[in-house]
Amino acid sequence: MKMCQKERFAHTSVYNIQNFELRHGVSTKEASPKEGKCHMKLKNTDALNELQAQSLKLLESRRAIDSVGTNNTQGLVRHVMVCGGPGCHSSGSPRIAERLEEELNKRGLSEQIKVFQPGCFGFCEKGPMIEIFPDNVTYCEVSEEDVTTIVEEHFVQGNLVEHLVFMDPNTKERFATNIPFYDGQLRIALRNVGYIAPENILEYIAADGYQALAKVLFTMKPFEVIDVLKQSGLRGRGGAGFPTGTKWEFTRKSEADQRYIICNADEGDPGAFMDRSVLEGDPHSVLEAMLIAGSAIGASEGFIYVRAEYPAAIHRLKIAIAQAREYGLLGKGILGSDFCFDIELKLGAGAFVCGEETALIHSIEGARGEPSVKPPFPAQKGLWGKPTCVNNVETLANIPPIILKGAEWFSAIGTEKSKGTKVFALAGKVNNVGLVEVPMGTTLRQIIFDIGGGIKQRKTFKAAQTGGPSGGCIPTKYLDSPIDYESLTAIGSMMGSGGLIVLDEDDCMVNIAKFFQEFTMDESCGRCTACRVGTKRLYEILTKITEGKATLEDLDNLEKLCHIIKDTALCGLGQSAPNPILSTLKYFREEYIAHVVDKTCPAGVCTHLLKYEITDKCVGCTLCVKKCPMHCITGTVKKRHVIDQERCLKCGACMDQCRVVGAIIRH
Amino acid sequence: MCDSASPNQFAQKLDSYIDSLTHKKENLIGVLHYAQEIYGYLPDNVQWHIAQRLDIPSATVYGVVSFYSFFTMIPRGEHVVNVCTGTACFVRGAEKLKEELENQLKIKAGETTPDNLFTLETLRCVGACGLAPVMIVDGEVHGRMHEAQDINEVLAKYRPES
Repeated sequence: MKMCQKERFAHTSVYNIQNFELRHGVSTKEASPKEGKCHMKLKNTDALNELQAQSLKLLESRRAIDSVGTNNTQGLVRHVMVCGGPGCHSSGSPRIAERLEEELNKRGLSEQIKVFQPGCFGFCEKGPMIEIFPDNVTYCEVSEEDVTTIVEEHFVQGNLVEHLVFMDPNTKERFATNIPFYDGQLRIALRNVGYIAPENILEYIAADGYQALAKVLFTMKPFEVIDVLKQSGLRGRGGAGFPTGTKWEFTRKSEADQRYIICNADEGDPGAFMDRSVLEGDPHSVLEAMLIAGSAIGASEGFIYVRAEYPAAIHRLKIAIAQAREYGLLGKGILGSDFCFDIELKLGAGAFVCGEETALIHSIEGARGEPSVKPPFPAQKGLWGKPTCVNNVETLANIPPIILKGAEWFSAIGTEKSKGTKVFALAGKVNNVGLVEVPMGTTLRQIIFDIGGGIKQRKTFKAAQTGGPSGGCIPTKYLDSPIDYESLTAIGSMMGSGGLIVLDEDDCMVNIAKFFQEFTMDESCGRCTACRVGTKRLYEILTKITEGKATLEDLDNLEKLCHIIKDTALCGLGQSAPNPILSTLKYFREEYIAHVVDKTCPAGVCTHLLKYEITDKCVGCTLCVKKCPMHCITGTVKKRHVIDQERCLKCGACMDQCRVVGAIIRH
Repeated sequence: MCDSASPNQFAQKLDSYIDSLTHKKENLIGVLHYAQEIYGYLPDNVQWHIAQRLDIPSATVYGVVSFYSFFTMIPRGEHVVNVCTGTACFVRGAEKLKEELENQLKIKAGETTPDNLFTLETLRCVGACGLAPVMIVDGEVHGRMHEAQDINEVLAKYRPES
């Protein structure tokens, strides 16, 4: 069973990772605390523990947090953590890190102050963020121009840079640390994200990394590991929520000469970026969990199927795999045991359906990513016909702490049937966009109003969309219901991968349903008729509704068709495709009726149904006349103008131009 | 088809990559990624060539190429402009951003400008939801693209100075 099948690893299909390395000049040199020293393969647990003890000093400054201060460094080297999450990265954090290093070099401070680029801090709204240890100070919305001020004021003069410290928009109180955004959050899957330097295996080892693997290899039997997972109540974080321990057990119990473990990192849900943050911020936790899974289910090979659209994640994974091999944590005879395991990266190519496990397996095999009928389940017959266990990134990231701290610790968190925490990508019309990890059972109100800081521009909350294209919209009346797998399903949505989009009064629910329907229509693989034709028909009916051409009969047909697709589609994509429509029909039916019967769009979004009119408040300034692209506004100076409704495009250019409040109205 | 491509330097690179693989058929997607990296797109003759080298029907290769949205059979312009159409960007005005780009570039999404400078495409979520709506030019993310003026300024950076 525990044979190393090296041949499939003799090559790599991941060409652009190689290119990436060449372009970015990846070096593992900085990964070593003692430069120039040749790394030894870790031969046993003692060697691992020794390395951990040696590496602890890497995190010393970050652990020594007492209170906020700019002078008392306790004789430690200062660590400046510059958030490298997707949001901060996009708004220029790498350049900030570079400028910081330049500036510190210039002033001869580079020995006492080190700059790091860890993964996502989570508070994307206020990015780019930097955190300074052991000062315990966080600065928000830092720009390149602020770098000199930070170095001069904070590091040289020892003063807090007041204007970069987070200010609560309501109370105007400033927080250099313990920002309210993090209150109520509990980081398990994201425990190391933003805390350790992801390209340095030693920092992961210092943070108890690979200790769970050692425990599994030397003190536990495979079925004990599976039992711990079953008792912990961990369920798949990819969306469906299948118990992870049971999945492992099924795979383990399938008779075969080879089994596989696959990490599903094909995060295709628009608006979700938690898996990406784990891969970029803490890749070793995924590798360690795959090793644990490998030993528990009896697999010697693992694959990480990652989106080609995530070059930074691929880059970090590649480094992590290389480092793990270097330290003998991947390969033959891991930590001196008889366990052999290796991991290969496989790139996706932009197909949402490949998040479905059977489709993903076909894609790894080099074929079209079309799902197949279950049973047989992948646990019985998966990759190349062998029993295969497919786990999501976030699920895997939870596993090492469960092994170390025990099933009881994990199952004490969360609700009766959903244990642990869930990471949500909070976005949309909410003040604090970001990545939040909360215990299961937290209410939507806590997430959106306490952590999220409420709705942008003091508008009214309308709905929360969870589960992406497979989920639904949750109206105001459920703001206080605790979120877990069961409760979300009961109210017509689903957990999904964890995208949480907040909608306000300006969003048209029919249009939102249409947006998701367009997505599933595009992403339908075309294999089964229900999904291929059905999603297209649904989209057509929704288009008719938003254009004001639909009848009540269309609305009935829409609902009927939704149920037919739900019952007959082959895979999860098709079965859940009607969810956004069904949930909006359930909670916002009056909006559909307004579109169909009254031919109006209450939110003022669907352009075909809008009507612009000039009221008697018009002072006749002619601004709108000049701006109208159709030249359909008539009127002379100082006289009330009139819009020719027949020719009006409903573009709204006149309203944008008008300087008199209430002179042009839209309804 | 195969012969016409082989004298080409690109084809040699592709061939040596294929030769380096122990498992060829299983790595079709990897080979296609590699080919698209060197050719910029996957024209018929390249697909033919790959089919022959991997010893699989060209219909299978075409089937895979046409299935995945990452692969393209049409050459792209010098700069690829992507509009994020993820949900967060959608509710914060991605449609308007797309329309504005279509206006300014005078092409529809999926098309390339006649001077071959810009290709306009859409993609789903780059994880920069805090900056929504975002446009991505050659991998560089530009956030909070609400105003026509801002969009124009970003595009101007990629136009040759005249």
